[in-house]
Amino acid sequence: MSTLVFVEHHGSELQKGSLGVLTKAHTLGGDVAAVLVGHGVRALAAEVATYGAKTVYVAEDDTLEPPLPQARVDVLAKVVRDGGYETVLFANSVLAADIAAGLAARLEAGLNWDLADVVMQDGALVGKRAALQDSVYVDVGWRSTPRIALFRAGSFDAVPGGGGEPKVVDVAVELEEHSRGAKVVGQELEESTGPSIEDADVIVAGGRGLGAPENFTLAEDLARALGGAVGATRAVVDAGWYPYAAQIGQTGKTVSPKLYVALGISGAIQHKVGMQSSNVIVAINKDANAPIFEFSDFGVVGDVHAIVPKLTELVKQRKGE
Amino acid sequence: MKIAVCVKHVPEGSARLDPGSMRLDRSGEGTLNRFDANAVEEALRIKGDGDAEVVVLSMGPERATESLRKALAMGADRAVLISDAGASGSDLVATSRVLAKALEREAADLVLFGQQASDGDGAMLWAAVAERLRLPVISQAADVTLDGGSVRVKRQTEFGYDVIEAALPVVVAVSDAINEPRYPSLKGIMGAKKKPQDVLSLAEIGIDAAEAGAAGSLTEVLALSAPPGRGGSQKIEDDGNAAQAIVDFLAEKRLI
Ligand SMILES: Cc1cc2nc3c(=O)[nH]c(=O)nc-3n(C[C@H](O)[C@H](O)[C@H](O)COP(=O)(O)OP(=O)(O)OC[C@H]3O[C@@H](n4cnc5c(N)ncnc54)[C@H](O)[C@@H]3O)c2cc1C
Ligand SMILES: Nc1ncnc2c1ncn2[C@@H]1O[C@H](COP(=O)(O)O)[C@@H](O)[C@H]1O
Repeated sequence: MSTLVFVEHHGSELQKGSLGVLTKAHTLGGDVAAVLVGHGVRALAAEVATYGAKTVYVAEDDTLEPPLPQARVDVLAKVVRDGGYETVLFANSVLAADIAAGLAARLEAGLNWDLADVVMQDGALVGKRAALQDSVYVDVGWRSTPRIALFRAGSFDAVPGGGGEPKVVDVAVELEEHSRGAKVVGQELEESTGPSIEDADVIVAGGRGLGAPENFTLAEDLARALGGAVGATRAVVDAGWYPYAAQIGQTGKTVSPKLYVALGISGAIQHKVGMQSSNVIVAINKDANAPIFEFSDFGVVGDVHAIVPKLTELVKQRKGE
Repeated sequence: MKIAVCVKHVPEGSARLDPGSMRLDRSGEGTLNRFDANAVEEALRIKGDGDAEVVVLSMGPERATESLRKALAMGADRAVLISDAGASGSDLVATSRVLAKALEREAADLVLFGQQASDGDGAMLWAAVAERLRLPVISQAADVTLDGGSVRVKRQTEFGYDVIEAALPVVVAVSDAINEPRYPSLKGIMGAKKKPQDVLSLAEIGIDAAEAGAAGSLTEVLALSAPPGRGGSQKIEDDGNAAQAIVDFLAEKRLI
């Protein structure tokens, strides 16, 4: 079996998720290669090799610097075709998902996503995933090669110690016209300031159910009373209600506090992956069918505006404040 | 200017897999995927008072006309449904083939997608469709501005926000925070019936039976099983005393 793993980087930092997938590929065995695409990536090849890649393909070019998917589809399509790779693995990210789907269409290849694991079963590769808001576990397969797989964030730990001196192969690709169409014209990178919510014992997180940006004071007051920090969903961060640094989920922070209180949060998978390992989860949502109740320890079907001010008062009283 | 919006008809409430066919159970009520209402709304916002045409496009069962009609009631101008027994069981790659073929016929300047299908949660079909159309693609758009012949998008990644530009024609997938979808007005609902609604078969858009449905899919579902239940969880209705109940629970868990 031959496997190619897309290793994602941000600046000079390799992304843990993709190194975890590379570690997994190494344990599956066979011929394992990795591919790095961007500017200044050749310097990262040796580090990638330590996670188990015998060959590291390097597509190094200024034009590949912006983190956009389509140029990367061009690179991966060439590597997969020339190298005859049977399996192509990705760790989920905003960038990787779009590359994986573009590549699947380019190569007419089967793509399974949101996988938690892959195993060899009777000589065939089988993907393991949860589906439909994690309400059912599904085994999935591929009917042809190449097989493309996208793993849910945090599926595997990145463990170095796999490989020796890698074979580094330069890849030069003429980009397709449509792959050059989108341009990054600005970036607002997140600067971490102040205490990180990742260290908080208690997190009170607010979602769109709070109704308006000013209602985040409900979450802030309760967080203060409980001695915790405030978190948010992407929906409210994207809408400009709360800062990005407070976002919890797939593209935000991963947290595991002792107590997580979700106010007006539906409980989308992309939010869940960032907070599911919290010790105790309490949710208030007015929709009895909201998915958040499926993974809460204590759920209240009700209106945050009616319940949260009272709750804050009661917590303060109890603490004798 | 023409704006095409891809919308999906999804099961209402919580979706389930049919243990026999191992496919999504579509026997119950269906509804317009809520994330696609954001895409329709964005198309209508961009159109404004202008004379752009907004076309909503779906691949799905006959009953998907209900979702298309809702989009028409919101204000879209025309609907196209690709409905064919041969399309059922299409995976992502097969679906992208069908939608791309249907979109080719429209030659829209802007193709919009929603953030994710609430039943599939793939959140990436756009990238496969854009690849087939050979158009630039920008996903996770929290803000879209059209300026002459190009589009500017603000979108979130794991590292903050990127601002991305591309000349039309382009494919954009919007985030659910981009707008608040309007409710159809009574006038909109009445008017929707009179708007053009085409239902096309695979053959009519030039898709071979072997390219779509289960036959055209390269992935398969092998087995289903039930996940372990989360033991000991409680759920209550607020009867006015929920705040006290939460405090009691937290105290019992020694969290306060
Ligand atoms: C690639 C990708 C990455 C993503 N990354 C993230 C991420 O990192 N983090 C994240 O959070 N999301 C992420 N998402 C988005 C995610 O899919 C959801 O869209 C988002 O989490 C929804 O946020 P929400 O729960 O605040 O809003 P909604 O889904 O709109 O839910 C609001 C909830 O509030 C309830 N409600 C309304 N009014 C009240 C009231 N008065 N009282 C009580 N309850 C009320 C409603 O019943 C509803 O359940 C990502 C999506 C994609 C595609
Ligand atoms: N059958 C379909 N017909 C039309 N559009 C679809 C269909 N399935 C998905 N989409 C579009 O693709 C987006 C992402 O879907 P998915 O990748 O399946 O989560 C949705 O928000 C819709 O805009």
